[in-house]
This record gives sequence, C-alpha cells and structure tokens, in this order.
Amino acid sequence: MQETKKQTVYLDNSSTTAALKSVRRAMCQAMRDNYANPSSLHRLGMEAERMIEAGRRAAAGLLEAEPEEIYFTSGATEANNIIIRGAAQAYAQRGSHIITSQIEHPSVRLTCRDLQDRGFSVSYLPADERGRVRVDRLREALREDTILCSIMTVNNEVGSIQPLSEIGRELDKKPGPRPLFHTDAVQGVGKVDLPLKEAGIDAMSLSAHKFHGPKGIGVMYLRRGLSVPPLQTGGGQERGLRSGTENTEAIAGMTEAIEWLMQNEEDNRDYLRHLRRRLAELIQQAVPQAVINGAPPGRKHQDVQAPHILNVSVEGIRGEVMVHALEQRGVFASTGAACSTNKRIHSTTLASMPLPQGRIDSAVRLSMSPMNTVDEMKTAAQALKSAAQQLMKG
Amino acid sequence: MRRIYLDHSATTPVHPRVASVVNRYMLADYGNASSVHSFGEAARKALIRAREQVAGLIGAEDREEIIFTSGGTESDNLAIKGAAWYNRKKGKHIVTSAGEHHAVLHACKALKRHGFRITEVGVDSEGRVDPDEVADAIEDDTILVTIMMANNEVGTVQPVAEIAEIARRHEVLFHTDAVQAVGQLDVNVSELGVDMLSISGHKIYGPKGVGALYLRKGTRIRSQQHGGHHERNMRAGTENVAGIAGLGEACALAEEELKFRRSHMIRLRDRLLDGLQESIEGLHINGSRDERLPNNANVSIAGVEGEAMLLGLNAEGIAASSGSACTSETLEASHVLSAMGMKPELAHASVRLTFGRENTEEDVDYVLQVFPGIVSRLRSMSPLDY
Ligand SMILES: Cc1ncc(COP(=O)(O)O)c(C=O)c1O
Ligand SMILES: Cc1ncc(COP(=O)(O)O)c(C=O)c1O
Repeated sequence: MQETKKQTVYLDNSSTTAALKSVRRAMCQAMRDNYANPSSLHRLGMEAERMIEAGRRAAAGLLEAEPEEIYFTSGATEANNIIIRGAAQAYAQRGSHIITSQIEHPSVRLTCRDLQDRGFSVSYLPADERGRVRVDRLREALREDTILCSIMTVNNEVGSIQPLSEIGRELDKKPGPRPLFHTDAVQGVGKVDLPLKEAGIDAMSLSAHKFHGPKGIGVMYLRRGLSVPPLQTGGGQERGLRSGTENTEAIAGMTEAIEWLMQNEEDNRDYLRHLRRRLAELIQQAVPQAVINGAPPGRKHQDVQAPHILNVSVEGIRGEVMVHALEQRGVFASTGAACSTNKRIHSTTLASMPLPQGRIDSAVRLSMSPMNTVDEMKTAAQALKSAAQQLMKG
Repeated sequence: MRRIYLDHSATTPVHPRVASVVNRYMLADYGNASSVHSFGEAARKALIRAREQVAGLIGAEDREEIIFTSGGTESDNLAIKGAAWYNRKKGKHIVTSAGEHHAVLHACKALKRHGFRITEVGVDSEGRVDPDEVADAIEDDTILVTIMMANNEVGTVQPVAEIAEIARRHEVLFHTDAVQAVGQLDVNVSELGVDMLSISGHKIYGPKGVGALYLRKGTRIRSQQHGGHHERNMRAGTENVAGIAGLGEACALAEEELKFRRSHMIRLRDRLLDGLQESIEGLHINGSRDERLPNNANVSIAGVEGEAMLLGLNAEGIAASSGSACTSETLEASHVLSAMGMKPELAHASVRLTFGRENTEEDVDYVLQVFPGIVSRLRSMSPLDY
C-alpha cells in the first residue's frame, strides 16, 4: 500500500510555520554583520539599535499603532504572562476579578489559574457550538471589581473569530473604570481584521513563528499611557517592561515576516479562504461522514471563522489515531494545540464546546499557510479518505 | 579604517558554525517541539542534543538539569524569583553582593516589594566578595545565596566554590550568574557545588534571545511563566528550537576551544594592560590582576571621561564600552566601581575593553598606537587637573 516516497504536506501551521527565506537571510546577515549589543554606545551598537527600532515601526505599522506602544518579548507566552500578571498586580487595589474564556490558549488560561492561587477570582466564559465566546455570559460575569478581560482574537483549535467588538462594548457599559482589555492575537494576525480601536483593546500579544517569522520572538502591544510592572527585571530594556539583551537577529527576521504579511495581506486571506473552501469540499466528497467543527466555508461565515484552520471530526476514529495515520500518508496535522498534544491533554476548546463527546474525541486540526497549494489539499483529502477506510475496517 | 570589536562582554559575534546551525533548523526542522508528528520529533531531537551540549560544557550529570530560557536575564530571574517563591514558607531572606549584574540585583529588588529581605555583601577594592562575609550574612531564614562567577565590568572572578560550600553547610540554595565565565573559565557545576547557574548564548558566540539555567536535580523552584509543559514545567512557551540548537553548538565550540581561548585572550589582555601602563600616566587598572577573566581589561584614566574616551576610540574604529552595556545609557557611575569604593571621578573615567576569540595581537597594537593620542587630546581639553 505504501507508494513511493510520498510528498510532505505540512498542515500544522497553527503550531508553527517555516521561516521565510527573507527571514532567514535577514537573521544570518544580522548574526554576521550586526551582532552588537544595542545598549552599547559605539557605532555597532547604534546600528543594532536602529534595527530594533525599524522592527518596532514595522510592528506598529502592522497593528496601526504607535512605535512606543510596541514591546518585544520572547514570544506570545511571555507577552500573555506579562500582561495578565502585570495587570493583576497593577490594579489589585481596584479589584481582584478577572474574566477570560474556557477556550484560551494555556498561556492565558494557566496564568489566570495561577493567579487564582494568589487570591484573584477568575470567570471562564464558555463558547457556543461554533467556538465563539458567549457575550451573554460576559454580561453576567462582569462585576464592579473586574479589572481585566482577556479574550483571544481567533481560537487556535477551531479558528473561530471571537466577538471582540461586542465584548468591548460590554466593557464600556460597566460602571466605574473599564477593565483592561487584552487579546491574544497570535492566531488572528494576518488572517483576520484586528479591531484594535473599534473594540477598545488595551493590550495584545503576537508571536512571530506563527506567521513565518522566527521562534523566540513576540510582540506585546500596550496602549499608550498604560503601564504594568515587569516580570523580568534587569538592565531595563524595552523601557523597563522587559529586561534582557534584545534578540536583535530575531527582531530583524520578524521585521521581514511583518513586511511580507503587510504586502500580501489581502491576497493571503483570499487564498487561505480558497484553500479552506477547497479542502472542506474535497473532504466532504472523499469522506462524507466527516463534520466540520467551527463554521463551514462561505462568505456569510467570514466574520466568525478564520480562513487558516479547518477542524474536522470523523466520528469513530480518535483524533490522535487519525493524526498518526495521516502522517503515515505524508500529511502533518494535529489534534488540538501543539502544547497540549504531547501530554495527551484533550483539546480544551472542543471539550468546552457544547458538542457530542464522539466529535470532540475525533477532532483533527488542519491548518494552512499561504505556502500550501491546492494540490496539497487534494492529497490531504485523499489521505483522510484512505486513513478513514483503513481505520474503520480495523 | 580598521574596525576592531573589543566589546565581547556586551555581546559576541555569532560563530559561523552556530549561524549555519540556526539557519539549518529554521530551514528544514522548523517544527514545534510539542507536535506529535515527525517535524515535532526532529525539533525534540534538536533540544536533546543541545541539552547534552550545554550539560557537557558545564559538567552537568544529566541533560535534564538544563532549562532553556530567553537569555541570561531570564535565567537569573527564574533562579532567584523561582527559588524565593518556592521557599517563601521556609524563609524570606536572600544574600547577594553589591557587584552583581542588574538582572540579579533588580530581581532581588522586585522581591523586596513582596516582603523578602535582601542582604548585599560588599566587595573589596578589586571587586572580590569575601566568603566570610557571606557566611556572616546568612541568617536562620536565608533561603538563597546568589553570587556571580565573574564580574561583567571589571572581570573579577569570585571564589564561587568556597561560597557554594558555605551555602551548602547552611543548607541554603546557591545560584551563580556564570554568564561571563562560561566559555572562558573552567565551569564545572559539580566541582563548584552550585545548585543553579545562569548562561547566556550571545556571550559565547551563540545567538541572542536564548540562554539556559542549570538546575541541579532535586532542586525545586517555582516557574515564572505559565502556559504549557515545556522545559519540565519550569518555563512555558514554544521552544526557540533554532536558537537553542545554536546555543548547543556554541557550547560545543566553547568546550573544544576553551584552552585556546583562555591562553589567547590572556595574552592579548596582558599585552594591552602592560602596554597601556607603560604609555599612559595616571592609568588605573580596575579589578584584580590575578583573579580576572581572561578577556577583560578595565582601566580608568585620571582626568578623562570614560564616555569621551569611548567616542574617541569609536572614531578610530574601536568598539569598547564603559561599564556594562546595559547601564551605559544612564549617567550614573557604575554600581560595581562604586561598590569597590572608587571615587566618582575615577569611576566615571573607566573604559572596558573585552577581547574575543577573533582578536589578534595586531588589534592590540593598533589600540596601543591610538590610545595615548586620544588620552592626551582629551586631557588637553579637560578642565580637570589629573
Ligand atoms: C493562541 C495562542 N496563544 C499563544 C501561543 C503561544 O505563543 P508562543 O509560542 O510564542 O509562546 C500560541 C501558540 O503556541 C497560540 O496559538
Ligand atoms: C553577568 C551578566 N549577567 C546577566 C547578563 C544578562 O544576559 P542577557 O543579555 O542574555 O539577558 C549579562 C549581560 O548582559 C551579564 O554580563
């Protein structure tokens, strides 16, 4: 049955992406020629400093924000930790209630859980059957002493776009000071509109390795005038918010990835939508019993579903078994978030959604990048079909 | 114009072998180490290999004792805050020294706001910590001693093994910031008897944005960044696989070259210090002549502002620094030189030149050739009488 050396189809782009060639080139160049410590006063140091500021302007451009609102971190996990812990500490006098959701990435959820051990109370909002956080439950959860609301932009398991603007309006209505509104936009950037102004977002986290940049570098946006105490203290880099010698080469790499993202944003999104629609059609033809988790393709769902994730269940076949069978056929996918798979923790997003258990257990996430081709979607659908046939028999 | 980089304590150029490893992992093995599939497997293998390379360099028995971080600052913060929070029921007192890097001092300062007490033991005029003073500073509720292995400004090497022994006798955890020592000195965690040790990639010809914390087996600390099971629950966040592979390669290189690096840099350093002492009147060598990092030359020149000296050197193509890079944007005198009891005028007159593996004797001779001219020009403009 095993044909000749199969093609590799990488459909795990929500876990991580391959760095662009321009990214690698910028990093190699920085490592070779622009290696100085940006805090150094000599010319080489100033060149390194300029590279960082160029990166800051690029990130600000991407978010339509100001450069002084951009801080570099080692990734989104760190950015999420800084904002959530920092806001908790900064506003502890005002209140001790935090609102987040059941479908957040562990770097948000587990950080909030840790704060519960330190005397904060946390409300975890549920999601509906399409994976969108329920705004009606937010209304119930909001309290006078709510100091922080952290809701992701796009869910990393099913790709559901969260109703940030509606949430922002609810926060506006709360009497007294508005809670700090943070969104983990790791899966949203480049794929959907970021309603920074419209939703009144105060803080945001990004990670470069999810958009073809390097690993180990992230961006934290913090609206002008806001400040939180740092987690990591030392030389006072990043205006005291994040000490540690700046990762200049990764910033140079990320700058390239951001430029690529901005130049191709519309095309990328159209193309991803096309890929998702094709993949969904092909799967439905090849495996009629497959069901889509999250919203199906189609213009009318464009505002609620990101274009790069297709989460499907073939009931009766456990997700991890299917992922393994797909890999044998050269198709790389995952069950839920990469962080949880290793420890076999079940997809937390799906588990918290009102779905039948069989569908949750069989969910597989296929996540696309603009680097994928339509042919690869065909290969993936065929692989799913052959895997399903083999596993149903067995 | 010649361009000579003499600021290796601020950061080092990335070794080509390291850069090519970083590039390779970004190109081919770009998977997320948490993914179950073979891309994830390849990334996990890279982490294992790097862990072994780091463990090998510092003589750790088990690669699982290595935790990867985003750099020296994070390693220091994780060690200090992690140990403090984990042991807060046992006690709330920490002993450190006045000459530590800000990554250590500010981590301690942050803990102070949470009710921890910090004792900073002093340093002598050469920047050395007296082990007896550490012993005296330890109280019943001391939970951690943190003393760096080698100072980043004046290069003074601390009697870490002795201090670690004292900490062990008092059953107190011991951490050392070895960011400057690794790759230049023999750093062996068993011989030193340390519980925790910080490393930074970019100080040893590795990439920026990656570091490691050695955490002796059985030592318990509290994670500071939550969000997954990475790094044995000690440090959440998608692993910087390419950077970590680069750090591993840098450690392997350091192990290969250690002897050469040490003797090469001692030769360059002594040639420079001897030459400067001969040609410049009123030159003061900061730090210890014997217990000194091989690559560190730190001098103060009476009557000359350190910053002005730097600009003068920069104009001649020589990249040096005053004090540590991290604090060079502030105008306060170096806290290390102040702690050594140096007068502010001399402290402000300090210049640090730190060598690397690629420097040559010609580089030193070029410095010796232009240095006196810059000094006399600046002195002639200075209102100070030296
Ligand atoms: C939604 C979301 N938030 C946060 C993260 C963590 O980001 P990083 O890998 O940069 O730590 C990820 C990916 O792992 C993610 O998908
Ligand atoms: C002694 C010492 N500790 C810690 C650090 C911080 O390391 P990093 O730059 O990797 O954050 C440095 C360098 O800046 C240092 O010299």
